[in-house]
Amino acid sequence: MGRVIVCDGNEAAAWGVTLARPDIVAVYPITPQSSLAEYISQFVADGILKAELIDVEGEHSVLSVLQGAALAGARTFTASCGQGLAFMFEPYFRTPPLRLPIVMSIVTRDGISPQCVWGGQQDAMTVKEAGWIHMYCENAQEILDTIIMGFKIAEHPKVMLPVNVNHDGNYLSYGVERVELPEQKDVDAFLGEKSINWHAALDPERPMGVDPLTGGAGGAGPALFVKYRKGLCKGMQNALKVIEDVHQKWAEIFGRAYAALVEEYCLEGADYAIVTIGSMSGAGKDAVDLMRDRGEKVGLIKVKTFRPFPIKAMCMALSKVKAVGVVDRSVSFGWNSGPLYQEVLSSMYFLNRRVPTVSFIGGLAGSDITIEHFKFVINITAKALAGNIPPEPIWLNEKCTLCGD
Amino acid sequence: MKQQALPAFDPSGIPDDLCPIATDHLELRTGDWRAERPVVDRDRCVKCATCWVYCPTQCIIEKPTWFEANLEICKGCGICSEECPHHAITMVEEREE
Amino acid sequence: MYEIRFHGRGGQGTVLASKILAKAIVEEGKFAKAIPSFGFERRGAPVAAYLRSDDKIIRQATNIYHPHCIVCLDPSLMRTVNIFEGLRNGGVWVQATKKSIDDMGPPTEVSRVGLCDAFGIALKVFKKPITNSIMLGAFVKTTGLVSMNSLFNAMESVAFRDADLKRNLEAAEQGYEECKVYDLDRKEPL
Repeated sequence: MGRVIVCDGNEAAAWGVTLARPDIVAVYPITPQSSLAEYISQFVADGILKAELIDVEGEHSVLSVLQGAALAGARTFTASCGQGLAFMFEPYFRTPPLRLPIVMSIVTRDGISPQCVWGGQQDAMTVKEAGWIHMYCENAQEILDTIIMGFKIAEHPKVMLPVNVNHDGNYLSYGVERVELPEQKDVDAFLGEKSINWHAALDPERPMGVDPLTGGAGGAGPALFVKYRKGLCKGMQNALKVIEDVHQKWAEIFGRAYAALVEEYCLEGADYAIVTIGSMSGAGKDAVDLMRDRGEKVGLIKVKTFRPFPIKAMCMALSKVKAVGVVDRSVSFGWNSGPLYQEVLSSMYFLNRRVPTVSFIGGLAGSDITIEHFKFVINITAKALAGNIPPEPIWLNEKCTLCGD
Repeated sequence: MKQQALPAFDPSGIPDDLCPIATDHLELRTGDWRAERPVVDRDRCVKCATCWVYCPTQCIIEKPTWFEANLEICKGCGICSEECPHHAITMVEEREE
Repeated sequence: MYEIRFHGRGGQGTVLASKILAKAIVEEGKFAKAIPSFGFERRGAPVAAYLRSDDKIIRQATNIYHPHCIVCLDPSLMRTVNIFEGLRNGGVWVQATKKSIDDMGPPTEVSRVGLCDAFGIALKVFKKPITNSIMLGAFVKTTGLVSMNSLFNAMESVAFRDADLKRNLEAAEQGYEECKVYDLDRKEPL
């Protein structure tokens, strides 16, 4: 067991990065990630993080620099969110098809407009289709652990995909709690040798063209393009097993077990469940315990790995209940609901069984999703089980009260 | 003290869930945030305007033979006191009422 | 679980106070979770920090709406902010003020009060109105949730911005010494 410290999620992330021994880091500050960038800079200055810190003028350069670094064989890390993530979108959506194992924290922030600097999940959810792996953390310890695991997952030869380790802005980024730092030697043994650019390199000793023009209307192009796309999909599907294996190994070495894909909480004997993602899960579990004490047969399904979406694991959980209430911390504008809600509905196709599913949207723009809110969510979901399904999504923080009306 | 050439935009005909715009002025008395306030010794003040130049909120106002801070705005940062070449400004604790 | 809500103005170290207390709680083998309020972070604007303490892991990462204890670092904040919102019956109130208990008028939910002229001590020790270390000492005197020793250990690992560790420890000690604790004779409503 390593040293115990008391720190916030951003500092925990910085420790996770430090322990993973990246070669090159580049960060640009943006609320609510800023203190993460500052901790990394401080750790580099203090000689704790022995990485080269590249000072860049903006997020677009951050990821461009790291792409070059990864192609040259460096283990790399960065963090961003919100408008910073938006600014880095050009290199961001290029990174997965190049199969570069970059690890990046998204300190999730809501989308502007309306002008907002507070937590939500709109930024990470907006980029979910770019091909990065997305994992959402529930607390500071999980952030630290998952960042280290992120490197192992990203660099796995059957995966070779960049990983986003996401944690909620404000509630997790600045929320302070007890965190155990694993021992460096154990992390070194866990991660093993780094494996970054065996497949594509900027290396005068092994000259190659990286990312040549592919596709077009005729010739070999389109088929080639399809081959690479299928390859990426294969990497994503392989990631499902790799993520589970890595979490298993983590539990064996460090004694902390997390549900790698989907967590089933109190589903035994449950009639219905709420589905959560990120830090809201803590209050959700507390609410489930309270309502169980009152005789409600409710459970909770927490999604940790959002991309690739763990369809089988979700179906396994859904098969145990007869109604679900899905709480999103972001909005899917085109579907008038939340993105997690849609993923749950889509999973149901593979379950061959439709159950009443309610969409709840809460915690936007730094607002709180409290135990009271969850009791309300549970009550509405119970009513949906009884046949009363709301036709519209329910917005939790509409009236500035502890629970919606 | 409104100095506006045009009347403020009238939002009454527009749905309030459209584009986020603001048309009301919010009275924010930054002076309420003070822990200390600057007190000027009027005999020492020579109206060199150093405090006026340095004030980050530009709340220094000119009086006949001295300068002083507009206490509605002044946040008590103490820069004027620090910079005054004649040591005419002292920071005094705001008393609780 | 014990829920504490800190109130202060930006720049007084309210959030740092909750972090230090969280460290002290963990130091004693318990669990803590501290979350700052999220608003405009400017010197002087009202801020709050929410701290939970428990013998087992605290899962919820939410604000505190029904605190057991209120710690207010600023003597004048009560005028503009309802610091007692949601306070539970039999609650504890630790307040920075130079007034006496007779002038304070605590609401009926409060059954124990700790008063400390934190501004006065701060201006003596730091020459600045930074009351967080002092009020932590006052908090310990009023509630005994942690020991002063744990508090000192917690402060040792913190990077104080405005003054060195020695002065902060001294300030906490003075806050403890000079804090006056009153147990109010309240009939608790059923």
